[in-house]
Amino acid sequence: MNDILLFTLLTLGLLGLFLAVVLYFIAQKFKVIEDPNIDLVEDVLPKANCGGCGFPGCRNFAEVSVAAANEKQSLEGLNCPVGGNEVMKQVAAILKLEVAEKEPMIAVVRCNGSFANSPAKVQYEGPKSCAFAHQLYAGEGGCQFGCLGLGDCVVSCDFDAIHISPLTGLPVVNDKCVSCGACVKACPRGIIELRPKGKKDRRIFVSCVNKEKGGPAKKNCSVACIGCLKCQQVCPYDAITIENNLAYIDFEKCKLCRKCVEVCPTDAIHELNFPPRKPKNDDGTEQSKQLKVDATASAASAGSQNLS
Amino acid sequence: MQQLLLRLPGHRIYPKCMNSNTMLTTFKMGGVHPPENKLSAKAAIQRLPLPKQLIVPLGQNLGVAPKLLVKKGDEVKTGQLLARGEAFISANIHAPASGKIAKIDDALDASGYRRQAIFIDVTGDEWIEDVDTGSSIIADLSVSKEDIIARIKAGGLVGLGGATFPTHVKMMVPNGKKAEYLVINGVECEPFLTSDHRLMLERGEELLIGISLMMKAIDAPRAIIGIENNKPDAIEHLRQLSSKFSGISVQALKVKYPQGGEKQLIKAAVNREVPSGKLPIEVGCVVSNVGTAFAVYEAVQKNKPLIERVVTVTGDGLAAPSNFLVRIGTSVSELIQAAGGLPDDTAKIINGGPMMGKALVSSDIPVVKGSSGILLLKSANSSRKIPKSCIRCSKCTTVCPMGLEPFLLAKLSKLSLFDRCENERIMDCIECGSCQFTCPSMLPLLDYLRLGKQKTGNLIRTRK
Amino acid sequence: MSKLIVSGSPHVHGDESVKSIMFTVVLAMVPAMLVSVYFFGFNALRVLLIAVASAVFFEWVIQKYIIKGPLTINDGSAIVAGILLGFNVPSGVPAWMLIAGSLVMIGVAKMSFGGLGKNPFNPALVGRVFMLISFPVEMTSWPVPKPLFASAITDAITGPTALGLMKEGVAAGKTVEQMLASGEMPQYMERFIGQMGGSLGEISALALLLGGLYMVWKKVIDWQIPVAILLTVAAIAGIMHLVDPQHYVEPVFHLFSGGLMLGAVFMATDMVSSPMNMNGKIVYGIGIGLITIIIRLWGAYPEGISFAILIMNALTPLINNAFKPKRFGLVRK
Repeated sequence: MNDILLFTLLTLGLLGLFLAVVLYFIAQKFKVIEDPNIDLVEDVLPKANCGGCGFPGCRNFAEVSVAAANEKQSLEGLNCPVGGNEVMKQVAAILKLEVAEKEPMIAVVRCNGSFANSPAKVQYEGPKSCAFAHQLYAGEGGCQFGCLGLGDCVVSCDFDAIHISPLTGLPVVNDKCVSCGACVKACPRGIIELRPKGKKDRRIFVSCVNKEKGGPAKKNCSVACIGCLKCQQVCPYDAITIENNLAYIDFEKCKLCRKCVEVCPTDAIHELNFPPRKPKNDDGTEQSKQLKVDATASAASAGSQNLS
Repeated sequence: MQQLLLRLPGHRIYPKCMNSNTMLTTFKMGGVHPPENKLSAKAAIQRLPLPKQLIVPLGQNLGVAPKLLVKKGDEVKTGQLLARGEAFISANIHAPASGKIAKIDDALDASGYRRQAIFIDVTGDEWIEDVDTGSSIIADLSVSKEDIIARIKAGGLVGLGGATFPTHVKMMVPNGKKAEYLVINGVECEPFLTSDHRLMLERGEELLIGISLMMKAIDAPRAIIGIENNKPDAIEHLRQLSSKFSGISVQALKVKYPQGGEKQLIKAAVNREVPSGKLPIEVGCVVSNVGTAFAVYEAVQKNKPLIERVVTVTGDGLAAPSNFLVRIGTSVSELIQAAGGLPDDTAKIINGGPMMGKALVSSDIPVVKGSSGILLLKSANSSRKIPKSCIRCSKCTTVCPMGLEPFLLAKLSKLSLFDRCENERIMDCIECGSCQFTCPSMLPLLDYLRLGKQKTGNLIRTRK
Repeated sequence: MSKLIVSGSPHVHGDESVKSIMFTVVLAMVPAMLVSVYFFGFNALRVLLIAVASAVFFEWVIQKYIIKGPLTINDGSAIVAGILLGFNVPSGVPAWMLIAGSLVMIGVAKMSFGGLGKNPFNPALVGRVFMLISFPVEMTSWPVPKPLFASAITDAITGPTALGLMKEGVAAGKTVEQMLASGEMPQYMERFIGQMGGSLGEISALALLLGGLYMVWKKVIDWQIPVAILLTVAAIAGIMHLVDPQHYVEPVFHLFSGGLMLGAVFMATDMVSSPMNMNGKIVYGIGIGLITIIIRLWGAYPEGISFAILIMNALTPLINNAFKPKRFGLVRK
């Protein structure tokens, strides 16, 4: 028995050794010479392969970054939104370059046509696909620009950051959002936009994309933007433009002064994460302006006026 | 003897005996048999009284919408040009009644989207000059080919089968191609719809004059009217009348959906297959609906523009399923009222037939040139069941008239693999709905197919 | 009035549903069920009931507690699978074995792939082959058929099937003629009606043919697959019989013996695991026939249809890719 054992061990051992040597030479012969920086850069990237940078996968972003560093000595135009400023600083450090700080962004859902604000006039039956429903009809509430609530954005998100709220039927973005832009592309109506997170997470935006005149817009949704121009008139920084009966706040110019929020007659402009205002006088209208729609998930359950 | 042959259960197919008047033919690939439900087949066409308001949308034809010519406050007469089609594929729009333009504003269309429309407050029915409003039949065919096409273009005629392709463009045969047959679609394969049937029975002679005019316009020596075998009275009537006209014959067809699709009709009538991605003129055919042929008669012989059409109003719970001659722009709610009122258990109001029609978001929507019927369905008959998973039974493939694989295309569409969709020929799909009708797992096949077609079409366009 | 419904067309639907198809299949299996109860008595009923009950139970448990998804036990597919599993086993098989087979059938072959419509292999056959390989003794002890109400009680309790007998006999050196004349083999009529040893569902070619014709009439199966299988088997058996009549039995014997009829009519025509295109189905049927007859004539087992079907199931995706339907208006270059 021992002979057999010895023989087996020797044969297999020698075979293994021989094959290892062969493999070593093959590996050397077919080795691919790559800039070692690529591996180093890829190491610090989040490896989510989400495409938010505009390149197919983190490896490709690393290759492009190293190529840009070698040829142009600059990382201009290259940004990993998922990793944000921390990761870009690390990448720049590896490549011995400087990179500008970018403001962190977040996906913002610019529609408040909830079940309560835009009550359903018809009943939809069909596949849960916003792309399909958009092609089929205007929407259950009647607004042909508003959110269809079937969740194409939810399906597209790789980071578990957006979900449809069962209370309102609208998508809600939480803190996990890395502004990769997938939901922006997925929405067939262009409702979602990437806007800066803002200092202390505060942001102001017009929560409506309806381009119809005020009358038809309000018929379908009680919180639609009617293009009344009041916000544009009151803004001290020229941040608001009105086009096609729809107001838009330019986030570069907006200084978060909240004057537009106060004057909007339909509550179409939303302010997020601001402290409640002190009431100027004791009449009812001022009080109601404090209870603003807070689009984070926790506030949705508390149930403010616009959400019930 | 002819009668006997026509009444045989339509199971005998004679593929080699084309143009034989007494044999039933049909297309070979695919097809389903939804219950026919021709409730309004015996209802003679009734002219509806003029409504108080007309809403005339600008987008009533395939291609580019015409250019608006009138403005708020203008007084218009019946038949007056309201918008002129200026692009190559476009069509004129005329006032369906006389009155005052109340406003030019957005109005709801069938899908709930708001599109530009002309609102007219109706005061009467005063026609513009040059239109023969008399009822005598004008059989004189001496009009020149160019005049025929010019009058069709002036009249704003579009395909009344539902596709609304501008007729004058169809009548212009491209250089190098020859039209051997004018195929007239009297099939009406959609269940419930009967407007074409009644038109064939009641206005047969005008129809045949219109067909002769179209034959002249496209230089076709022969015309074949395809009629399904569930309309034996129409077949018989037109056969008798057609003996007075040269070159026109009637082909009786076995009842099968979607025989009214132009490719299937050409296959059934002349046994030729239109190549994928090409038009019927490639096989020497031009196809047109009977309603369009009648409108051609009125436009050429009477100078009358397209301002009214026959619309079937039907449905299971309706008091009086009828066929109405209505002015374009009449609200659908008025038609339903005239047919006995909206039943309480109505779940869907459909513009068109049950297989390809569009479910309306409300009944306050105007009748347009492409509205062939209004169908009211109850919830039990029309509500969707919950889809299960595909059981790979391949029934969808068996019934697809274009030889596609709907189960595969729907799946690829759902996964957004539009390159593969194109390779699997999703653009050949005619959206007839046979696949979804048959699927035992109640899968929304046509829904995903439509989405896939749209996205694949975009992909192909952006590639160019 | 309640709200109007908006959906894409078509707005009506045909009569068929998964439930109606399964119901048609169950009805088609009734003649074979009756024959099995007639010849195997109470045991047959026991086997069928246990198979069906355990299949439905396992599907319910897995869907409710493991997958935690929607319940689909009332679409009838578990019942059909249970009956087919029962058809594929001898009537004397112990209950616990049957339940184990049912668990493999539903849990492994069906549910782990995603449920109805997603299984690449025929679940009943997977269950049967699992039982055959794990419990070979019980799965090849064939009770002798005792017609109900028959007065004579035979001495033997179990005996071999016709196919088994023939294969052993020829291997032992006897000729086909000797085997047929020996009196041990069931005669034609007996084989056609079912008075022979075998599993529950395979014995009666007549009952199976009736069921098959019913399903073809109701358009639940296509006749191309069973006909392709049977013709291929008959053709090859016929050729070999012409070449060497002493060692190869004639084709009709093959057609009525063993699980061929059951496999051709009920198992190979399973929609989920068979190809979609008509030409693909014919190729699939020919392949099954080929493998079956090869195993029968030259393989180790007397019966080969179960393995043949499972092997061809594995090739179904390739067949689907290779055979596409004829397109309308395809320009031939």
